[in-house]
Amino acid sequence: MTRYVVWAASWLFILVVLVTPPALVLTEALKDGVGASLATLSDPDAQAAIWLTLRVSVVAVILNTLFGILAAWVLVKFRFPGRQFLQILVELPLSISPVVSGLVWLLLFGAQGWFGPLLERWNIHIAFAVPGIILATLFVTLPYVVRTVMPVMEVQGRDAEEAAVLAGAGFWQVLWHVTLPGVRGALLSGVLLTTARALGEFGAVSVVSGHIPGETETMPLHIENLYNGYQSVAAFTMAALLALMAMSAVLLRSAPEWLARLQEKKA
Amino acid sequence: MSIEVCNLVRQVPGARQPLLDNVSLKVPDGAFVALVGPSGAGKTTLLRAIAGLDNCSSGSILLDDSPMTSVRDRAGRMGFVFQNYALFPHMTVARNIAFGLDVQPRAERPARAQIARRVEELLELMQLQGMGGKHPAKLSGGQRQRVALARALATGPRVLLLDEPFGALDPIVRRSIRTWLRELHDTLGLTTILVTHDQEEALEVADRIVVMQSGRIVQDASPMDLDEQPATEFVMEFLGEAVSFPGEVRHGRMIPDDALALPFAVPEGVTDGPAVAMIRPYEMNIQKPVSEQDVLSIYAAPRGTRNGYRHYTLQLGERVVPFYRPVDEADVQVQGVALDISRSRLFRQGLLCA
Repeated sequence: MTRYVVWAASWLFILVVLVTPPALVLTEALKDGVGASLATLSDPDAQAAIWLTLRVSVVAVILNTLFGILAAWVLVKFRFPGRQFLQILVELPLSISPVVSGLVWLLLFGAQGWFGPLLERWNIHIAFAVPGIILATLFVTLPYVVRTVMPVMEVQGRDAEEAAVLAGAGFWQVLWHVTLPGVRGALLSGVLLTTARALGEFGAVSVVSGHIPGETETMPLHIENLYNGYQSVAAFTMAALLALMAMSAVLLRSAPEWLARLQEKKA
Repeated sequence: MSIEVCNLVRQVPGARQPLLDNVSLKVPDGAFVALVGPSGAGKTTLLRAIAGLDNCSSGSILLDDSPMTSVRDRAGRMGFVFQNYALFPHMTVARNIAFGLDVQPRAERPARAQIARRVEELLELMQLQGMGGKHPAKLSGGQRQRVALARALATGPRVLLLDEPFGALDPIVRRSIRTWLRELHDTLGLTTILVTHDQEEALEVADRIVVMQSGRIVQDASPMDLDEQPATEFVMEFLGEAVSFPGEVRHGRMIPDDALALPFAVPEGVTDGPAVAMIRPYEMNIQKPVSEQDVLSIYAAPRGTRNGYRHYTLQLGERVVPFYRPVDEADVQVQGVALDISRSRLFRQGLLCA
């Protein structure tokens, strides 16, 4: 009996908190019909926002994957002074409010910031420009690859790597042929989480971007802009698109499991 | 290829005792050496140091008289087999075996067909024909072990280092792979170092046994010398069951404290003073009564038969000691007046009295 109560309660909670919002977003977007909804996406500012979001996400995902792998590798395979501290540091973005992390970049690279005037002289713009958005997104999405890959590497142990080294493999060969294939499931998972987070980041990006429509407006910022301008169909269409992109990234995470199950059935 | 270890010390920060305490070892070309000792003795540490996997605080390792500094100096020249095989789970058996060849720089790497031929050759040598396409997860323990060996041998090393390679195998496979390994060593002309905690395995397969204890080499000798002249009480006990009789040497005779054990003459040069006589259960004899009046104070209780010996236990005052007689001995003396322990080795303060 208790089991069914818990089961029903969990489903109810998930329905209310997780399923209703996207469903409402979709209904709002399609309020005036599919045609009207799709038409809002052809607006140049909307397209610019979509492209910017995609660009920023791709760069953030690539950089965070590379550094995430190396950071996880160093943290798991070596014992060095300051290791504990580094481990805590890696998780910092999870606990700090994104707005605060955005402000940090402004403090460093804004016009009144520490390096702002210097960079201004060289005509390099970071705050209120795309590089600032990328930096903010990088900061916010840093922990995901590291945190998903680390436990699997921990289980993997060092033996296979040592065997590879003794067989004559170099550093990159060991990483590419032995370490990474062993953690590929976790790595994919981390990459997709990073993607989902990078697509949707609002707080940190909002602070550094400057909200210049068509230039430094990512999808989440554009949605806010549209909503505040009472263009609810356009706002919700964009929101639905963003939710769809993020959700497909998350759904892809379970793809390897499905594939494995499919293969098992065949075998 | 000969291996020489000179004054190796490995110190780990925080540990009071060094893992390797001034270890020196010479392994001539073609030798089969077993490193034995209780867990924590430093056997694996020494093997890993020889392979270059761990850094040492001081000392050096020479391979054919030339010093090895990094693990790169050894790449392809030393084969290493890990305790848990350490195969690459995502690669097929063939790719596992070919790994050492595949990672060679393009200029030195053999042609694809040549690598394939080498893999076939090794599969045959390891009696693994037709297994090349399988993944390690589909193999049995013994097969995985042989794949690990094939991988270690792929680059044609002259030195083979084995870390408890039979630990995870069942006893029957263990025995057969042991003999087979010795044959492999002889046919390929390898220099092999085997780490094991099983002294029987070491005695069977190696021509030299190095006994280690707390990071030091206690004795380095042939199996026969080790049995006849164990350097310390620890070696004597480690190599097989032993019964000890504390006592005192007086005027060239060892007089055990236990009245049931007969005094015996000690070799010349052993000075008077307290000593411990240690003996194997199959080296003891029960003394027959001479006259009818003698009290039969020793009685051997049968405990079954193992490895060609009848096992008995003897009650000696407070303690019970093992006593073995060969199965084919006609009529075993199972009761008597005293115990003849004249084949004992004598130890003083833990060391063999020479």
